[in-house]
Amino acid sequence: MSKIETRGLSLFYGNFQALIDVNVQIKEKMITALIGPSGCGKSTFLRTLNRMNDLIDGIRITGEVLIDGENIYGNRTDLVLLRKKVGMVFQRPNSFPLSVFDNVAYGPRIHGSKNKAELEDIVEESLRHVELWDILKDKLDHSALNLSLEQQQRLCIARLVAVTPEVVLMDEPCSALDPVATSKVEELMAELKKQYTILIVTHNMQQAARVSDRTGFMLLGKLLEYGETRQVFTNPKEKKTEEYITGRYG
Amino acid sequence: MKIRAKSHLKISTQTQQKIAFTFLGIASILVIVPVIVIFVILIQKGLPAINWQFLTAMPRMGMRAGGIFPAIMGTLYLVSGTIVVALPLGVLAAIYLVEYARQNFLTRMIEVAIVNLAGVPSVVYGLFGMGLFVIYLKLGVSIIAGALTLAIMILPVIITSSKEALQSVPRSFREASLALGVSKWQTICCVVLPNALPGILTGTILGISRAAGETAPILFTVAAFYLPRLPKSIFDQCMALPYHLYVLSTQVPNVNPKIQYGTALVLVGIVFLLNLVAIIVRSHIRSKKQW
Ligand SMILES: Nc1ncnc2c1ncn2[C@@H]1O[C@H](COP(=O)(O)OP(=O)(O)OP(=O)(O)O)[C@@H](O)[C@H]1O
Ligand SMILES: [Mg+2]
Repeated sequence: MSKIETRGLSLFYGNFQALIDVNVQIKEKMITALIGPSGCGKSTFLRTLNRMNDLIDGIRITGEVLIDGENIYGNRTDLVLLRKKVGMVFQRPNSFPLSVFDNVAYGPRIHGSKNKAELEDIVEESLRHVELWDILKDKLDHSALNLSLEQQQRLCIARLVAVTPEVVLMDEPCSALDPVATSKVEELMAELKKQYTILIVTHNMQQAARVSDRTGFMLLGKLLEYGETRQVFTNPKEKKTEEYITGRYG
Repeated sequence: MKIRAKSHLKISTQTQQKIAFTFLGIASILVIVPVIVIFVILIQKGLPAINWQFLTAMPRMGMRAGGIFPAIMGTLYLVSGTIVVALPLGVLAAIYLVEYARQNFLTRMIEVAIVNLAGVPSVVYGLFGMGLFVIYLKLGVSIIAGALTLAIMILPVIITSSKEALQSVPRSFREASLALGVSKWQTICCVVLPNALPGILTGTILGISRAAGETAPILFTVAAFYLPRLPKSIFDQCMALPYHLYVLSTQVPNVNPKIQYGTALVLVGIVFLLNLVAIIVRSHIRSKKQW
């Protein structure tokens, strides 16, 4: 069974249809890249998967999104549980103006780990996971906002890992980072893939080709092509995909 | 010839600029002169009156001697009561307006009402408080009626500044929290409010300093003309500095002006101190704010 499946998913911002009949099946423990020109609906699609779009006024969604076989737009969905399970990393690192420790401990604390020793374990494990532990273990009480952008982005991933999600959505997670930092985050993604199902939106073709197993190409709200990354990049079925990948689009 | 004409022009723009600067300078000096003059006069004439006994003793001989202790305490009681009522009410209202209410006719009406309330003269609040709290709700002339009246008066300030403070918390913080599976209410409590707190506090202190200095709202609701003892409960009347000052200056003949100025200095000192705290809080936070 696929981890995530959408059936006839459409989304309207008021009268504007931003997603048109998206059907896709995403396998577990793989990295799926979403590419496509600006405004084609990549972020919108990503945000339907943890229902972050619900915050927007005047939005309407039709179709189904199944995660582990359950429709998250059904009326029995617990948003808190859903978002614990489907975490999100944003374009700009959005660490809280708190200490490193409190940033990572934020989720677990609210979800009920009150015990100090338990929290310390979670923080250490999460920071190890994103390879920040050795750098930050003596600076746990420093403000997270003093870290470099790359470290902050890692910290945001650690903060997410601390609530043990199963799916990680990343919306252009490297767009605020320089090339060296980018390649470090990419290495981290390859590592995270062992445990998590990852979806990444990127404008960087090389990045999509480098890190992902599957690639989806979106255009004007439609998922035009979806398949193995190698196939999409070397032998796309759609002419539009080829044009976009080779940089001849628009 | 040409060059000369040009340089002539240049001098004249420079002169224009000088004139403009002079006027601007004068204008800004005119703004601070009254403040300085008031402070100098108050300190000069009031400071000699101020000593430990003046601050801690009861008034004697029809307020012509003794201290102003009950008036100071009365003002402190009123201010505390006002905070207790206005802060939670104002912050909750602001949270509702910023985080929950959708933009519609009702919320727009509420916002218009808040703006208009801020412009209502304080004596109107006083009469309103008397009508509603003292007479209709039968609270009598009491600390609680006065504090409620003052609270209503400063609610617009607190709501407006709290709204601004809440709105200035970046959207990304809320998203980060929600995306971790934290509920909206918990997000407001754990992320939004702590980051909005400095702004909320600044607004509150400014509102409080206004409440401390107003005479009209307490005139009919709480203030006692002469009550040389401390209030027994919140249903008791009390003296208060602004009203005491008014009484000393207009109602009691042959008061030593030293006492009048001393009272004024204490009142201005309290208000000034509150404002100073607000400024310090704000600049402290601004220097620490990193987003
Ligand atoms: N809140 C909103 N209200 C109305 N329209 C919106 C809203 N958010 C996005 N849109 C529109 O929906 C379309 C898809 O937006 P989306 O942000 O998903 O694109 P994207 O593929 O992520 O673009 P980018 O690569 O620039 O991030 C765009 O045309 C955008 O203008
Ligand atoms: Mg986007």
